Amino acid sequence: MIVFLVATLTFVLLQVAPGDPLTRASEITLVPQQVLEQQRRNFGLDRPVHVQYARYLANVARGDFGYSFREHRPAAAAIAERIPNTLLLAAAALVITFALGILIGALQATRRGSAADELLSLTSLTLYSMPVFWLGVMLLLLFGVTLGWFPAGGVVDDAIYPYLSPLGRLGNRLHHLILPAVTLGAVGAAATARYQRAAMLDVVGQDFVRTARAKGLRERAVFFRHALRNALLPVITLFGLFFPLLLSGSVLVETVFAWPGIGKLAVDAIHGRDYAVVTAVAIIAAIMVVVGNLLADLLYRLADPRTREAQ
Amino acid sequence: MTRLLRGLWLERQARWGLVLVAALCGLAVLAPWIAPYDPAAQLDLAQGQYLAPSTLHPFGTDFYSRDLLSRVLYGARISLSIAFLSVLVSITVGTAVGMTAGLAGGAVDRLLMRGVDAALAVPRVFLLLVVVALWEGVSVTGLIVVLGLTSWFGTSRIVRAEVLSLRQRTYITAARALGVGPRRLALRHLLPNLAAPVIVAATLGIGQIILIEASLSYLGVGVPPPTPSWGSIIQEGQQALAVAPWVATFPGLAIVATVIGFSLLGDGLRDTLDPTTR
Repeated sequence: MIVFLVATLTFVLLQVAPGDPLTRASEITLVPQQVLEQQRRNFGLDRPVHVQYARYLANVARGDFGYSFREHRPAAAAIAERIPNTLLLAAAALVITFALGILIGALQATRRGSAADELLSLTSLTLYSMPVFWLGVMLLLLFGVTLGWFPAGGVVDDAIYPYLSPLGRLGNRLHHLILPAVTLGAVGAAATARYQRAAMLDVVGQDFVRTARAKGLRERAVFFRHALRNALLPVITLFGLFFPLLLSGSVLVETVFAWPGIGKLAVDAIHGRDYAVVTAVAIIAAIMVVVGNLLADLLYRLADPRTREAQ
Repeated sequence: MTRLLRGLWLERQARWGLVLVAALCGLAVLAPWIAPYDPAAQLDLAQGQYLAPSTLHPFGTDFYSRDLLSRVLYGARISLSIAFLSVLVSITVGTAVGMTAGLAGGAVDRLLMRGVDAALAVPRVFLLLVVVALWEGVSVTGLIVVLGLTSWFGTSRIVRAEVLSLRQRTYITAARALGVGPRRLALRHLLPNLAAPVIVAATLGIGQIILIEASLSYLGVGVPPPTPSWGSIIQEGQQALAVAPWVATFPGLAIVATVIGFSLLGDGLRDTLDPTTR
């Protein structure tokens, strides 16, 4: 449903925008007028709008997003090549988001009102108010340029990668992954920490926690087995919300760190006037969001037995 | 108004927000008088490139020997005016759609809200990239319209929820019973009561739009180049991170301060305007 709406939206935008795909492409290649007319007929651009719309939807459904004039191959091929990189980055960022966010939020909740709690809250607020790309640039400045701990960008060191052992290759990949993943995960971690803190405080005040304490369980058992587990539920719903944010963020983070994913592809495509790729990436991004939401639902069902029984 | 200000002043966080926002808006408005140099002036291309911060240039200079403090100040003008105007567009559309959905109910409501759900699920940067790409370099006015038209979804949801709850109030029933027509009911009786949540959404929205405008400008598709915008200055600064780290640093700090200011103010406004959350 959402994918359909996004596809429709892109089609409308393509129609409303000045020129058609061919005049836009010909600006870079200088094609004679006759050839253009011929091509226009070939692509069916002289047909009425509703025919074009139906054809466009059918093409998208088949995974045909048009031809990339810049890369001289179908847009779908260019995207398929870049998707693994984006997924790797997004997955690493998600792990950081939740691991760090849940840990910090839970810690804050146990030391409510302390100086550490206040400081961490302030940090989350600051991170939350920070442009992702600037955080990336600053991390690059500190850990890449000044300290020299991490490489400035890319997925691997192209010069030495082919000669590394399998373990060395993995290490090289991880080495390149850390900064971008931390950048992309940090804002989400800040949001998660805020949620987790609130959820924990909410749970700690409830009866079953008091019962657990009254049973004489040690504070750590109460904390991990009873409070934390229940406080995780609202945080899992964040999972679905983060997907659009993560993808938007990946456009910026991939640009900062020259990470060859679909976000960087989209930005390069814009500067190269490669519209098939731009629109295709938007549709793919919407599909990824839908899949993300589905995952979030499944996860929630897994984590909360009550929703399973309701089925 | 004075009561509102006093209420905000009494809360520590809201006070910080108020101070930050007032200071930044003041700096933005007064930029032509405060800025030590013309932001576009290339002062000394031979010896003035990438000068480190000093008393002469508190924020240093950039590749074209332009004074960075002046550029950041003028950037505040651009970023804040774009954000204010876009938010104006977005709350107008958001309020209109939210009220329509809330008052009409039924199929209209369902259709509008499904659309909003879908729009909220699309990664916003991608949507903006498509639009900006197709129109090839949007002007500042175009940017304001585009940003405004892609950020009303949240507002419309809030307004709809508020309308649904207000409809149940006795004063609305009373007005209906007195024979007040639907248009007058919406404009005179509902709209004023929507002001509080809309103002809160607008304040928080300004911070978000500043972040998004900066992102687009960083990617090179936002505010067109000769005009200083915080995002594009950071992009220029990244080119020279090793030589002149200050170029990328200062505009970023300005963004963080602005966004923090507006979110503290927004949260404070919510607490002061809405007695139920106190």
